[in-house]
Amino acid sequence: MTARSWRFASTYVIIPRENIDTDQIIPARFLTTTDRQGLGPRAFHDWRYLADGSKNPDFALNQLESRGAEVLVAGHNFGCGSSREHAVWALAGAGFRAVISSEFADIFRGNALVNGLLPIEVAPEILARLIANDAAGQHVVVDLETQTLTLPDGDEVRFPIPAFSRYSLLNDTDEMSFLLDASPSIGAYEESHPSSIDTTLLRAAR
Amino acid sequence: MSTTRPRTLFEKLWDRHVVRDETDATPAVLYVDLHLVHEVTSAQAFTELRQRGLRVRAPGRTVATMDHSTPTTRGGFAALPIRDEKTASRVAQVEQLARNCEEFGISLLALGDRRQGIVHVIGPELGLTQPGMTVVCGDSHTSTHGAFGALAFGIGTSQVAHVLATQCVLQTRPKTLEVRVDGTLAPGVTAKDVILAICARLGVGGATGHVIEYRGSVIRALSMEERMTICNMSIEAGARAGMIAPDETTFAYLEGRPHAPRGAAWDAAVADWRTLATDDGAVFDRSIVIDGSAIAPMITYGTNPGMGMSIDESVPDPGRLADRSERENAERALRYMGITAGKPLAGTPVDVVFVGSCTNSRISDLRDAASVMRGRRVAEGVRVLVVPGSQQVKRQAEEEGLDRVFLAAGAEWRESGCSMCIAMNGDQLAPGQLAVSTSNRNFEGRQGSGGRTLLASPLTAAAAAVTGVITDPRTLFTGGSL
Repeated sequence: MTARSWRFASTYVIIPRENIDTDQIIPARFLTTTDRQGLGPRAFHDWRYLADGSKNPDFALNQLESRGAEVLVAGHNFGCGSSREHAVWALAGAGFRAVISSEFADIFRGNALVNGLLPIEVAPEILARLIANDAAGQHVVVDLETQTLTLPDGDEVRFPIPAFSRYSLLNDTDEMSFLLDASPSIGAYEESHPSSIDTTLLRAAR
Repeated sequence: MSTTRPRTLFEKLWDRHVVRDETDATPAVLYVDLHLVHEVTSAQAFTELRQRGLRVRAPGRTVATMDHSTPTTRGGFAALPIRDEKTASRVAQVEQLARNCEEFGISLLALGDRRQGIVHVIGPELGLTQPGMTVVCGDSHTSTHGAFGALAFGIGTSQVAHVLATQCVLQTRPKTLEVRVDGTLAPGVTAKDVILAICARLGVGGATGHVIEYRGSVIRALSMEERMTICNMSIEAGARAGMIAPDETTFAYLEGRPHAPRGAAWDAAVADWRTLATDDGAVFDRSIVIDGSAIAPMITYGTNPGMGMSIDESVPDPGRLADRSERENAERALRYMGITAGKPLAGTPVDVVFVGSCTNSRISDLRDAASVMRGRRVAEGVRVLVVPGSQQVKRQAEEEGLDRVFLAAGAEWRESGCSMCIAMNGDQLAPGQLAVSTSNRNFEGRQGSGGRTLLASPLTAAAAAVTGVITDPRTLFTGGSL
């Protein structure tokens, strides 16, 4: 994988709803895949397509000016509900590299960070400004290194990102490597904390 | 280790499982005692292990089942009349899980196994879920296991891979939220009503970043199955986990279960578990108190679990919300639901009733539903699905004759699985249908594209089944009891 630039300018798409749950981001019936790829076309499926399968012209993602946008702006408590990482894979597959909201659900935030989809949390008034704006042709600039978001009018706001996630993304390492490096500590923990269960017994007994 | 500072249940669980402390630069490495695996969120994790040449670190702490996409009709996939592309992908997914479990040495309770069932139902009933544990699963309703005094939470698939390979997860320390439910519950009011009332109070994101500990006289009086219903829906208020301190009720439930400790090990375990309860003087980051005596049967009217009300109330008017964004969201939810503000829901005709899911599919839930349906008939035009949480629950229900109550009433009696809660397996609503469901989510289209869901208890669901309309189950009581 080639290192991605973590400073990028992009147009953005606004879905001004609050509490967008992961069932909306990727409906459960698309979760039968065993792959991480290919979910982009299904992102927001039931809002994006009408019952007859045609595109819903009123939905933001279907509007011409949304094309190529790498940033999604959405209402409070984005990504609530199911733990499905498919929601992040679908958003990434649809071309998004960042989501801006005033709050993210915990599991979604973790899933997003580990996949390099930046959950950019901003104050409610900043979010309200972005939503009130006509997004057409406007750009924001995302900079992970400095943790700044530059608004269309040039104002800059800082956003929080866990230090570890920021380091991992900027240096192209991952959580798995960090955990594997902790293996001696994990072994020592296991020595002093014997298990009270043995699920392998389930194989013998029927 | 001696600690003088009073600690909460959560802090004790956290401290016990820290392999490496959290620092300014890195999250904590937390050890996982029990990892539950199912077909929908694990395939990509096993692929990652294969790509990196990794093995499963602790197969003895890992167990898999098939529940989310499996048929609840008899005979499994082989007996399905339709073999379309959708079905083929479901079959491919469960077959992939079987191959993964074989290759990586994980015990699998597959479709057809007498111990198969919803992952959050079988962990407790096998005695695998125990107080003091950390429990994870690629499923947000893992919070269910917190009912035992465990730290239990849902994880994404990347983390499933982490746990498979290292038996650990990376976590930043959450805040603590005490939810105290005082008083005593009125007749006809169940654990489901309590948690719906809590969700309504906190809102769908109200507990984000927090772990909830449920306390108070109402919680102490609940059975383990009822406590599981409460903890199950912690995520619906945004909480990372929910938990209840273990007590005699917990120990009585666990004793003698297949994987519970025995003999001297049991005595030692119970002695240890007794030390887990929150110490006097321990401090929570936040606390709320709810008067349990004032809770009535609850029902949701909107498109998230926080949009709930007492069944005898009128639907709240979005116009009263001061915040414009909140108001627009509430208006949109009512439009989707086809529900009018300012009017009661009672009397509204329903199309489907679903009794099941990891929230309400245990034997006590089925007994509740049967108590209403016994000697009554499902109303004309209503479809009623009763889906037990596990094969063991199914067998027990059949021993008690509950299946005959449901079938005689005109309901469908199914095999165990997630079924219409997540609607991946063909059990689903048609567009526009209105369902009263004992499950946990009323999101748009959750139970089928275009379907509309009202969340309620098994008593309330069964009352809708036999009357055909939204009904306060207390109105069906005769002589003070059901």
